[in-house]
Amino acid sequence: MNLAVRDIRHNLARFALTTVGIGLLLMIVMGMGGIYRGLIHEATLLVDQVGADLWVVQGSTRGPFAEVSRIPAKLEDRVRAVPGVAGARRFVSHTIQREHRGQPLRMVVQGLSWPEDKGDWVPLIAGRALRQAHYELIADRLLGLPLGEKVRLGKDVYEVVGLTRGMVGSGGDGLAFFTVSDAMAVQFDVPGEATRLERASRLARLGHLDLGRVTPLLSERVVGSASELPALGPPQVSAVLVTLQDGADQARVAATLGTWPDVTVYSTQEQKDLLLSGMVDKAKRQLGLFRVLLIIISTIIMALIIYTLTLDKIHDVAMLKLMGARNTVIVGLILQQALLIGALGYGLAYWLGTFAFPKFPRLVVIETPDLLSLGAIVLGISVLSSLLGIWKAMSVEPNKVLS
Amino acid sequence: MTNVATDKTPAIEAFSLTKVYGSGNTEVVAMKDVSLTVARGEVVALLGPSGAGKSTLLTAIGLINPPTAGRIVIGGQPVMEADRALVDLRAFRRQHLGFIFQKANLIPFLNAVENVQVAMEINDMAPRAARQRALELLDYLGVADRANNLPDALSGGQQQRVAVARALANQPSLILADEPTAALDSHRGRQVMELFRKVAHERGSAVMVVTHDHRSLDVFDRTLEMEDGQLKNGSKESKP
Repeated sequence: MNLAVRDIRHNLARFALTTVGIGLLLMIVMGMGGIYRGLIHEATLLVDQVGADLWVVQGSTRGPFAEVSRIPAKLEDRVRAVPGVAGARRFVSHTIQREHRGQPLRMVVQGLSWPEDKGDWVPLIAGRALRQAHYELIADRLLGLPLGEKVRLGKDVYEVVGLTRGMVGSGGDGLAFFTVSDAMAVQFDVPGEATRLERASRLARLGHLDLGRVTPLLSERVVGSASELPALGPPQVSAVLVTLQDGADQARVAATLGTWPDVTVYSTQEQKDLLLSGMVDKAKRQLGLFRVLLIIISTIIMALIIYTLTLDKIHDVAMLKLMGARNTVIVGLILQQALLIGALGYGLAYWLGTFAFPKFPRLVVIETPDLLSLGAIVLGISVLSSLLGIWKAMSVEPNKVLS
Repeated sequence: MTNVATDKTPAIEAFSLTKVYGSGNTEVVAMKDVSLTVARGEVVALLGPSGAGKSTLLTAIGLINPPTAGRIVIGGQPVMEADRALVDLRAFRRQHLGFIFQKANLIPFLNAVENVQVAMEINDMAPRAARQRALELLDYLGVADRANNLPDALSGGQQQRVAVARALANQPSLILADEPTAALDSHRGRQVMELFRKVAHERGSAVMVVTHDHRSLDVFDRTLEMEDGQLKNGSKESKP
């Protein structure tokens, strides 16, 4: 006869409420782990998907994700000339927040190195890759832009031609793929009035210089387009992505590129390590501490509930002892209840999570190893939480029945 | 009255039992130099005013409140020497003793049959056999029709009958009852007392009952009376 089950049957409402409470707490613990995994997944998604062997970024920086990197677009031609390199692509990535149909629209603008890269590697769930050099984009479903939607960014209007799912940046914002030139146009778009004011300002600054006074033609140049002023031109691309030839020695190519003083080279794994050690690490520690706190709270709550349940039947425990019940019978009664609360709470947490987690604004990834480790933790806290009740039951004398 | 027990070994032998609570100025002698013998199949009433030491004697013999001094032998086996246990007390209680109290003390989350069954399962009887025997005992005590009711749904008399069935479950050689009829009306009280006699005489168990109920004394084979922690007449046993 299982005494634990019969006691639960007798106190079903209280047991059910307790289990639901523990289940909700465990769901949050599970969710925290899932959010952390989601952060890693989102942070490394683009690096994984873009399929580069090497990342060439601005010298002495850890760009383009961990910090800003600016390198001239023409660097890709230099890279292509290195033995072992099969191809090089410009890479532009930056986050913008604009307004679309009266709602804020936040996206990671991702430049594809047109015409070599039309986004054929981007996993589409609808539509197609880019077909023209301008005014098209592939949007992640998270951005809420349907196929064919027209989006004004800066002075131009772009049409959504393809849709992806789960393609997000390290901040969890949906990705939007443009050609590099469009991505740069979006990034460096300046209102007309700002341009006019800047040109006037340049002219005024030139007036204070001898060079300006003695070189009249220069004043005509500075009021022109900024792109016509190479020395004052805007930064161009964030990185150059290198694809190696089959059988090429990655270390040797990286060493060759590493001799160039104006750039720094990272492998894909190094790029991921930079992301995880920098951007995700603090979030990991924060979530980790929060999980620990929640586990401690769950343990305390379970312990108090098990202790209260034990107090309620302390007279019955004394009666069982009087009848000669072994300690294993009494320990089993309490421990089985704690384990049952833990197991059902865990199951409930998982079941509720399958409904709740997809509705979270950030990706929640529940992996089997995390589920197993949380299961082991729940087993541990169930045992731990029963100790107080077991101690109380063990300390009861059989003659308590007479009181 | 007929004693069906054939074994001549007494069910209980108590020698010079003394129980002292506290020490120094707070010392209270609850029981002093009590010796007695109860034969198998014998039904004995233990009488006396409140504070006379009846329950102290009963719980000492029941191995739940060890004496300060003295010796207890149950079924020929020495079990206590002063406050030192000579056997595994819990196992001994499980196998040889049955208890009944003023309150039935049924486990509230078990129904009537389970309350009886659990006593046997604790004593390592297989669940199926334990249930079968529990049903037989409830039938024997006239409460088989309430077997699946929780204690809350039973009357006081029915609860007490289930408690008696539980006490009988492991065929104990000794049944100890502490004012088992105090919560019952006189009719029900007498029924329970007669039940003890029936059990003792039919099953050979010794029954020792602490009671204030003088109306049912004719049910008992023998009456012992305590006062100030001692058996009356210099701790000698007395026939009514």
